Amino acid sequence: MTEKATPLWEVFIRPRNGLAHKHCGSVHANDAELALQAARDVYTRRGEGQSIWVVRSSDIVASDPAEKGMMFEPTASKIYRHPTFYEIPEEVGNM
Amino acid sequence: MGEHVTMVAANERLFAYLLRLADDQLILGQRLSEWCGHAPTLEEDLALANIALDLIGQARALYAYAGEVEGQGRDEDQLAYLRYERDYANALLVEQPNGDFAHTIVRQLAYAAFMRPYWGALARSSDATLAGIAAKAEKEVAYHLRHSAEWAIRLGDGTAESHRRMAAALEELWRFTGELFEMDETAQALAEAGVAVDAAALEPEWRATIDEVLSQATLARPEVKAMQSGGRDGRHSEHLGHILTELQYMQRAYPGLSW
Repeated sequence: MTEKATPLWEVFIRPRNGLAHKHCGSVHANDAELALQAARDVYTRRGEGQSIWVVRSSDIVASDPAEKGMMFEPTASKIYRHPTFYEIPEEVGNM
Repeated sequence: MGEHVTMVAANERLFAYLLRLADDQLILGQRLSEWCGHAPTLEEDLALANIALDLIGQARALYAYAGEVEGQGRDEDQLAYLRYERDYANALLVEQPNGDFAHTIVRQLAYAAFMRPYWGALARSSDATLAGIAAKAEKEVAYHLRHSAEWAIRLGDGTAESHRRMAAALEELWRFTGELFEMDETAQALAEAGVAVDAAALEPEWRATIDEVLSQATLARPEVKAMQSGGRDGRHSEHLGHILTELQYMQRAYPGLSW
C-alpha cells in the first residue's frame, strides 16, 4: 500500500460577529469535512471562534515574493492616499 | 416516618443513578485520554483529547451533584478516585481497550449515538440540576457523534485494510452495546418519576443512527446473539481494574492531593 501525503488546508476563524475571518494556521485532512473538524478541534479550543473557513492550501493563489518590488514598493511614495489630510467632524466620532 | 423512609430510598436511588452516569463518562474519558500523544495525527490527538475533556467535565458535574445528594461530605474527587472496582457502575463498553483507531472510533460511535438522544431526553428531567448538566452535555456529544461518524464512514469506505479493521472492531465491540439499553429497578423507578431516561426506548433511534452511518461506511451491523452485561452491578471485564490503577494512583499515593 502506498502512503499518499495528506492534503494541507488553511484555516480562517471569525472570532466575533462583525469581524472578518482571519488566517490562523493550517491542518492536514483528507477532505473538506475532516478539515473543518480538525480546524475546530485544533484552533477553537479556547472559545476563539464563531465561524470557520477551510481552504485547500493548493487552491490559494499567492503573489511571488521575488516581485515584491514591483508589487508593493510603488505605493510607498503615495502618502496622499492615507486619509490623514482630512479633518473629521466631531459628530462622526471614532472612525 | 413512612414518608421519611421513602425520601431516603429515593435519594439513594438518585445517588446510584448519578454515579453510574458519571462512571460512564469518567471511564470513557480516561480511556480516550490514553491516546494523548499517541494518536495517528496531531489533529486527531487534539480531537480525542477534546472529547475526553468533555466527558471528564460531564463526570465532574455528575459526581459533584452525587456528593450533594449523598450528603456524606464526599466530593467529586473522592467519588471518582476512591471507590473500589466493584463500586463502579459504568457500562462494559466504555472500559474496553482503545485497540487500533478503528476500535476507538467504533466504541465512540456506538456510545455517542446512544448518548445524544439520552442527554436530549435527560435535559427534560424533572430534576433541574440533572437537566442543566444534560443540556450542556447534549451539545458536546452531538459533536462526538459527528466526529466518530465521519471517521467511521471514511474508514469503512476507505482502503481494504481500514474496512477490514472496522469490521473487526464492530465484531468485537458490538456485544457490549446491549447493556446501554438495560433498565434495572433503579433506572425504572427514576424514569417513572420523570427524573431519569427510559434507555430502552432509545434503541430504535440508536439503531437508525448506526444503520445510516454503517450503510454509508459500507459496513454491516453485526448480528450478536448474546450481549454482555454486568457493569451496572459492578461486574466488570478484566480491563477496569487496570484503568483504575492508573486513574487512582495519584489520589492513593497522595491522599487529598489537589491542583
